Amino acid sequence: MTAPFYRYGLFGDDTSLVFAFVIGLGFGFFLERAGFGSATKLASQFYGRDLTVFKVMFTAIVTAMLGLFWLGWLGVLDLSRVLVLPTYFTPQLIGGLIFGVGFVSGGYCPGTCAVAAVTGKMDGWVHLAGMLAGIFIFGELFPLLANFYSSDPMGAATLDQVLHVPYGVTVFLVVVLALAGFLAAERIEKKLQAVH
Amino acid sequence: MSGTTKPYMNPYFAGIGLGLVLLGSYVIMGRGLGASGAFTSVVAVGVQSLAPAHAQSSEFYKEYLPANSNPLKDWLVFEVAGVIVGGLISGSLAGRMKRVVDRGPNATPNMRFTYAFFGGALMGFGSKLARGCTSGQALTGGAVLSVGSWTFMIAVFAGAYAVAYFVRRQWT
Repeated sequence: MTAPFYRYGLFGDDTSLVFAFVIGLGFGFFLERAGFGSATKLASQFYGRDLTVFKVMFTAIVTAMLGLFWLGWLGVLDLSRVLVLPTYFTPQLIGGLIFGVGFVSGGYCPGTCAVAAVTGKMDGWVHLAGMLAGIFIFGELFPLLANFYSSDPMGAATLDQVLHVPYGVTVFLVVVLALAGFLAAERIEKKLQAVH
Repeated sequence: MSGTTKPYMNPYFAGIGLGLVLLGSYVIMGRGLGASGAFTSVVAVGVQSLAPAHAQSSEFYKEYLPANSNPLKDWLVFEVAGVIVGGLISGSLAGRMKRVVDRGPNATPNMRFTYAFFGGALMGFGSKLARGCTSGQALTGGAVLSVGSWTFMIAVFAGAYAVAYFVRRQWT
C-alpha cells in the first residue's frame, strides 16, 4: 500500500470529503488548544510578549516536514504525488505583506477567526465578515489584478531546487534554523517578562 | 460550563499535534490544509446567487463554481466545517466558550471591531493575491519547502511587525 492513498485510488471523491471533515476536526482542535482562538494571544507575537504563534507554526512545519521526509525515504509515501503549489514570487511577497498588516490589525488569520467566532469571540465574527468583504473586493478587481496575479511564475519550485542543496540537507537546515529560533524565542520571552 | 478555564496547551505539543494532522492530510490525500479557499467558495456562491451572469463571466469566481456539481461540495469547505467543529469541541472541553470581545483592557469594543473588520478585509485580499493563507501557504507549503510559501510566510511576519506599533491601541 502506497501513500498518498487518495492519489493511488484507494477511495473516491465522496469519501475524500469525510476525510476532509475529520482532518479539519483535528486542525481546529489543535488551533483552539494552542490559544489561537484569541486575538490578544495571537497579536502578542508582534509585540514580543508571547511568541506562541512562532513556536506552534514552526513546530508544526518541522513535524510535517520530517514526517514527509522519512516516509518518503522509507518508500511508504510517494513524494512525487504530493501536491506542491506553484510559486508566483512577487504577488506572493506583496500578498504576504498585506496579509501581515491585516493579521496584526484584525488579530486573526482565516482559520483562527472561524475558531474564535464559534467559541464566542464577537471580534472573530467581525473579522470573518471583513475577510469575506476583502475576498469579494479582490474578486471584483480581478480583471485589473489578473496580470500581476500571474506574474513571476516559478512552477512548483522548492527551496532545495533553488538553493541547489540536496533535499535531506535542506530539511536538516530548516530543523537547525527552527531549533535556534525556539531557543531565541524562549530567551526573548524571559527577558521581557523580567522587565515587566 | 463550570467557569474554570483550563490553560492553553504547551506550544510545542500543540505544534506537534498540528504537524501530525498536516502530515496525515498529506499521507491520506496528497495535499495539505487550507482555510481561505473555503471562504472564497462561500463568496463565489454568494455572488452567483445574486448576480449569476456576473459570476459566470468572472475568471476568478468561475474557478470556485464547478459546472456539474454543488460548489460547496468541496474538499476545503468540508475541511473548514471540521475546523469549526474541532474548535468548538476543544473550546467546550477547556471551558473557553465565552461571549466576549477580545481586546486590550483600555480598548473599546467598537475600536476593536473597526480594526477587526479592516484587518480582516486586508487579510482576505492578501490571501487571494498570495494564493493562500497561513494554513494553505505557510503551514502546508512550508512543510514541502515551497519557495512561494516561505516567501509568503516571511512577508507576513515582516508586514505584521512593521505596522504593529501603529495598531497597538486596541491591545493595550
